[in-house]
Amino acid sequence: MSSPVAKPVRMSYREACRQAIRDALTNDPRTFLMGEDVGLYGGCYAVTKGLLDEFGPRRIRDTPLSESAFVGAGIGAAIAGMHPIVEIMTCNFSLLALDQLLNNAASIAHMSGGQFAVPLVIRMATGAGRQLAAQHSHSLEGWYAHIPGLKVLAPGTVEDARHMLRSALADPNPVLIFEHIVLYNVEDELDPAVESVDIGSAKIRRPGRDVSVLAYGNSLPKALAAADTLAKEGIEAEVVDIRVLRPLDNATIFESVTRTRRCIIVDEGWKSGSISAEIAARLSENLFFELDAPIRRICSREVPIPYSRHMEEAALPQTSAIIESARTLIGSR
Amino acid sequence: MSEKPHIDRQHGQQLFRDMLRIRRFEAKCAELYQGQKIRGFLHLYDGEEAVAVGIMQALEERDAIVATYRDHGHAIARGLPMGSLMAEMFGKVEGCSRGRGGSMHFFDRARRFYGGNAIVGGGLPLSIGIALADKELRPGAVTACFFGEGAAGEGEFHESMNLAELWELPVIFVCENNLYAMGMPLELAEAETDIFRKAQAYRMPSEKVDGMNPVAVEAAARRAVERARGGKGPSFLECRTYRFRAHSMFDAQLYRTKEEIALWKERDPVPRMQAWLEENHMLSAEELKRIEDQVDVEIDAAVTFAEAGQWEKVEDLERFVLMDEVPQ
Amino acid sequence: MSDFLMPSLGADMERGKLVEWLVKPGSKVRKGDVIAIVETHKGAFEVDIFQEGVIADLCAVEGQEVPVGAVLARLAPSDKAPALGTLRAPANPVAAEKAPEVALAAPPSPEALSASGKPAKVAQKVSPMGPGSRAHAKVTPAARRRAAELGIDPYTLKGTGIDDSVTFADVERASASHVGPEAPAGPTRPGRGFDPLQMRQAIAAAMSRSKREIPHYYLTTTIDMGPSLSWLETFNTERLPDQRLLPATLFLKATALALREVPQLNGFWENGRFRPGSGIHIGWAVSLRGGGLIAPAVHDVDTMTLPELMIALRDLVARARGGGLRSSEMTNPSFTVTSLGERGADCVIGVIYPPQVATLGFGRISVRPWVTGGKVTARPIVVSSLSADHRASDGHAGGLFLAAVDRLLQEPLKL
Repeated sequence: MSSPVAKPVRMSYREACRQAIRDALTNDPRTFLMGEDVGLYGGCYAVTKGLLDEFGPRRIRDTPLSESAFVGAGIGAAIAGMHPIVEIMTCNFSLLALDQLLNNAASIAHMSGGQFAVPLVIRMATGAGRQLAAQHSHSLEGWYAHIPGLKVLAPGTVEDARHMLRSALADPNPVLIFEHIVLYNVEDELDPAVESVDIGSAKIRRPGRDVSVLAYGNSLPKALAAADTLAKEGIEAEVVDIRVLRPLDNATIFESVTRTRRCIIVDEGWKSGSISAEIAARLSENLFFELDAPIRRICSREVPIPYSRHMEEAALPQTSAIIESARTLIGSR
Repeated sequence: MSEKPHIDRQHGQQLFRDMLRIRRFEAKCAELYQGQKIRGFLHLYDGEEAVAVGIMQALEERDAIVATYRDHGHAIARGLPMGSLMAEMFGKVEGCSRGRGGSMHFFDRARRFYGGNAIVGGGLPLSIGIALADKELRPGAVTACFFGEGAAGEGEFHESMNLAELWELPVIFVCENNLYAMGMPLELAEAETDIFRKAQAYRMPSEKVDGMNPVAVEAAARRAVERARGGKGPSFLECRTYRFRAHSMFDAQLYRTKEEIALWKERDPVPRMQAWLEENHMLSAEELKRIEDQVDVEIDAAVTFAEAGQWEKVEDLERFVLMDEVPQ
Repeated sequence: MSDFLMPSLGADMERGKLVEWLVKPGSKVRKGDVIAIVETHKGAFEVDIFQEGVIADLCAVEGQEVPVGAVLARLAPSDKAPALGTLRAPANPVAAEKAPEVALAAPPSPEALSASGKPAKVAQKVSPMGPGSRAHAKVTPAARRRAAELGIDPYTLKGTGIDDSVTFADVERASASHVGPEAPAGPTRPGRGFDPLQMRQAIAAAMSRSKREIPHYYLTTTIDMGPSLSWLETFNTERLPDQRLLPATLFLKATALALREVPQLNGFWENGRFRPGSGIHIGWAVSLRGGGLIAPAVHDVDTMTLPELMIALRDLVARARGGGLRSSEMTNPSFTVTSLGERGADCVIGVIYPPQVATLGFGRISVRPWVTGGKVTARPIVVSSLSADHRASDGHAGGLFLAAVDRLLQEPLKL
């Protein structure tokens, strides 16, 4: 809950996620949290620490390692009247529930001719950067953004981590929230005047005239850092936080790129068939005659993410690559 | 445990009539499929009618159903209007899913019919969630979850058995064991061919039921539903049955013999029920004629309704991909 | 090996017709040698070369239309004069790939080839839509769209974008300096790709052509600015700074009205004859802060009120210096005025921007002894000087014109 005193509150992304869940459980008796180690353990990333004591085992439901069953159960509960939050420990394990997500969560509303909605929120940790190696470093949000019937969010700021859940629960559709593991420790001041964020639009985090840098999740801070450096060279990069990967906010993205005429997309997913590919395709379909340079994408290298630090860093999008790409795109002017 | 259901004249005729409705409805479907009125996959329930009809006797309006892609029998026995089912298969907007689901995806919110699910085992986790919600929102309501024996090969089956028992959820799992997963014979697919024993491993009350006998199915269902309503958790019914027709319309049935089919046909629940009622003087020739006529009229009306239906507007193609609100 | 390209003799030149080769394969050339005659819609030009070497290959046939920037000839270093016909490989691999396509798209007619007497392979190298321009230049989609809007051929521009591509900004810059009296091409926006060298070369080309072709005659007259300045002072005291008029507006308006009286100074010399301007569109020379100058047009000056003219002038100068001139302002002015302003010299005798036929200069306004009615008084005066093309007009017309300007400036109320 926001403090009645209008004073900025400093908190971590992790704490913001926790507060959001606590709000949701407090405000709606139909909401409960279900997932692996969300209760006794306190959450793999400690997001749900303390909530079991506060809300009890009916509201904070530890599940066995049965992703397909508990995700499907979340869908069933949602179509039968509840507003569940399902936590999949990491998106790496969501593959075990892919059938439920695609064939049930995303399909039931349309397939039933609109008789059933699936007001379900699924949170999962995503991304690389903690030396967790190939099977625990996936960025699968782009995959899920392929699926009509789902909404896919990627909070890249503490504010979004704090407020997106509420909007997601208010949505009558299945909403997937991808929380980036590297961001959990990030702290920021929260504006107490902001009590909700919309989950329909991208957001310009830093305006600029020379090149649009589209990013989300943990690529957002990298893009902002790149923009700082570029500004010192006289290149004004506009950083657009895509944040809603499905449905993509074409309007904000197109407006920005129409102004800057240049675009770099930063995406921690693999390049082939990624959300960055989708955005690039939309830009060329819609803004071809506005472009003043080829669209550039900075994505993860197409390898299983390796363990050793230097190799992992080499595999992931980095600030330096964004800077270099921007310089190239701008040309000599 | 409730006692074995007493089959009086009226109830006996109802069981017979519902099975006949399914049987003749599907005969009509096969005809219309060959006449290209119905397209897509068409899986007929022919031979298995006793299972759906028997289970539904134990359910009330407040209860929920999760069905499979072979869902005509479940829908008809649950009381979905035949016209809306036929229109659905014709692809008309008056269909129970606006023509978007076809034969495999009947839905009906009002009757808590949560869909024919065309992924084997895909409905099992849903039933867990529906039961979980019912525990909170509709105490006493029960979910009947249908699936074939092929689902026992899926991980979701085991995950769901475990969760249901672990959380003591009001579900009755109805395994329609017709011996073939498409063309895969049970004994070639499962190390343990008694499917109900798998549920026993999860400490779930389980039994093997004669799926060709609606009375036996009903009796078992009543026992299971009573446990669920009483807060005693889920039950598992393995209903041994047989489909007389092919898996779907385009199936040469290379995997089984005509002799085997003939052997099972001797146990066909529809003529057997008719004979049993007649032997026990519960069905006169006039009554039979009246039932048959009523069924034929109902089916003719359903076809007429479907024929007269409209095609959904193409502009509505993307409608309900995302919902604007949760239907209440 | 280097390429000798169809030169841009003016920003409005898109192509030229090769009339005559003055060299042949094997000819040694030195910087400054005239190697070909090229005809444009503005007449025939001797084309000289800026490099030393040996002509290795002629890539266009006589009579052929060649786009600006396309290869006319290939030049080998003089110490390694190659044997004829050994230099098939084009310098640019992109061009090499494209060449067969182009040849298919626009096959040279056998008649033309036999008439020219050149081997077919030479003709194939450059078709009218030849690879020399399009295949070499990268023009971004945004730049293409903008160029189409502005009516500019973007393939003639120097690119500053990625891989030297021509960008949106490049087109806008080119547009801003598209047609000016002394600066037919070049960027205008300091700090954003401004290329003083390029502009200087463009000015050099246009002015050289002017002095080479146009028989100038010059007339000057000294004008008493007393009445105009006192009227101006009265007018301005009642107004806010941004509504005040500068003497330049009076110069422009007086020039425009004088051109009405002497129309043979307002127009163009083309194809051996005078073509009158379609209106009185006066190019106003604006010197750029980074060096160079352009002269965008103020249209229909004779029909504007002084305040309108002032607004137009301010706007034009601001946009000329900041970039963002419109293409309509870049279409040829029919006359050009230069005013040196307060810090200039007493007198400016201008060089006509071809194909215009006259230009009028105003020096700085300074207080000088002035005799009226036998008395010497101190008066603000300005020297106005006309440079005119003797092919289009004679000194008499020029004199009438200057007299009209003088008369009009004595009656500022009528301006």
